[in-house]
Amino acid sequence: MPSEVESNAAAERLKAFDPDAVEGVQVFRGETTIFIRSDHLLRVCEFLRDEPGLSYKYLSDVTAVDHYPRDPRFEMVYHLASLNNGLRLRLKVKLAGDHPQLDSMVPIWPGAQAFECEVYDLFGIQFDGHPDLRRLLMPEDWEGHPLRKDYPVQGNITRWP
Amino acid sequence: MAVTLEKIPGHEERVILSMGPQHPSTHGVLRLVLELDGETVIRSNYDIGYLHTGFEKSFEDKTYSQGITLTDRMDYLAPLSNNLGFCLAVEKLLALEIPPRAQWIRVLLTELTRIGSHLVWLGTHAIDIGAMTVFLYCFREREDLLHIFELVSGQRMMTSYFRIGGLALEPPLGWLKKIEDVLKKFPSRIDEYEGLLTRNPIWLRRTKGIGVISKEDAVALSVSGPSLRGSGVKWDVRKSEPYSSYEKFDFNVPTRPEGDVFARYQVRLDEMRESLKIVRQAMDGLPEGPVRANAPHIVLPDREAMKTSIESLIYHFKIVTEGFHPPIGEVYQTIESPRGELGVYIVSDGSPKPFRCHVRAPSFGNLQALSKMIEGRLIADVVACIGSIDVVLGEIDR
Repeated sequence: MPSEVESNAAAERLKAFDPDAVEGVQVFRGETTIFIRSDHLLRVCEFLRDEPGLSYKYLSDVTAVDHYPRDPRFEMVYHLASLNNGLRLRLKVKLAGDHPQLDSMVPIWPGAQAFECEVYDLFGIQFDGHPDLRRLLMPEDWEGHPLRKDYPVQGNITRWP
Repeated sequence: MAVTLEKIPGHEERVILSMGPQHPSTHGVLRLVLELDGETVIRSNYDIGYLHTGFEKSFEDKTYSQGITLTDRMDYLAPLSNNLGFCLAVEKLLALEIPPRAQWIRVLLTELTRIGSHLVWLGTHAIDIGAMTVFLYCFREREDLLHIFELVSGQRMMTSYFRIGGLALEPPLGWLKKIEDVLKKFPSRIDEYEGLLTRNPIWLRRTKGIGVISKEDAVALSVSGPSLRGSGVKWDVRKSEPYSSYEKFDFNVPTRPEGDVFARYQVRLDEMRESLKIVRQAMDGLPEGPVRANAPHIVLPDREAMKTSIESLIYHFKIVTEGFHPPIGEVYQTIESPRGELGVYIVSDGSPKPFRCHVRAPSFGNLQALSKMIEGRLIADVVACIGSIDVVLGEIDR
């Protein structure tokens, strides 16, 4: 588990690199979360990946959280890992509810491809610059995005005539 | 689902072939779309979702304790590893201290799970390539492990044995004897598999230099576990972020630099031997004590206490009917499952049900490397490559 001091170093470095990008930093149970402004995300991720001493070269996970009816509705969540020193970092980006849209991370981490497809499929968030954004788990003609909070757990039941 | 590849103008002679989902060597219901020039794969794409069950949505409608049963059904070859990942995540959220005995039994059983999972991998991988005998041997040995799981949890596969705060119950008398038998038998059995395969010229020609993926590509594509270590990256969550007292065990992390099918095969065989080492240590040093944390508002009381003390009865009633209220916050807990990095991300809003629970399945990341492995190679190699990354579609589709 990364200690608070070490992980916060990433946040400090990031603030020094681009003060506008960081919206806030949270530490809970030894895990650091950095909130990033959506239009700075691509730059920030490139910095985190390439900066020696940080080198978050491994993208562990990409997912989203729907905070409906709160505004901004969506949060994109990225979990990064640095294979050199075993540190982890969580990045979060807040997204508005209507037409949620974000830069794709595929140019930085090619491994983001399937994860972003999944988020697109289940939350309906669009990714600009994604090479093959498609429904991955649901049928391609499916209506709605099941992991949204306004989507009922039992699905939209259609009665037989 | 109609994932397809468009034909490239000027190459009309190429064939677009749909492989799967009902194909014995795709290990479940994986569908590949291959563009072929003769027998050579030019491009490929994959189609998943045939087993999509909406577990992540279901989590939001179940209490934390009920959620454990869903985790079994994701990676059905390693249910105990999934139990562990989920329980550790909730325990991290609750900042709950687990008694040493429970931690050690968890380590012991997850390592047996790793061996069992690798046995299924080895058997099916070998039968894909044409070595029938290994398959029968592997499933014979796996049966011994399933008997142990049945003994401790009552179930062969959907164990749900690890609970939030410890274990469901103390393992029955004589369980260590059963494991002792396995430990005696296994090292020679692994040698036996190696005798059948490692220097077998057919096996070598089908695996050496096939499906090579470089270190850099493997990291960039979020590959993890034995598939990553087969490309020479020494990354194991058990070592880098020890959980459940793995830091007290002495074991090596096998790696191979080649990055081909054979390297991944060797890494997994070595891992089985390392797992046996861990099991041996866990048995020798197994601490005494309770197997459940002292947290009455989270952990169910003993059956005996529940029937004799009114306080335990109240707690029992509260936990079963309502669940417990974790603090508001979010955690991401990773463990090293047999297939790689299993991550559980839980967002809590303070209610007894998770606000969001996401599982980062190792196979989901590993599958992305498949295209890179098979493009430019023969169809027969596709089968070898799928086997070598050891995907379980249950956890990919969730």
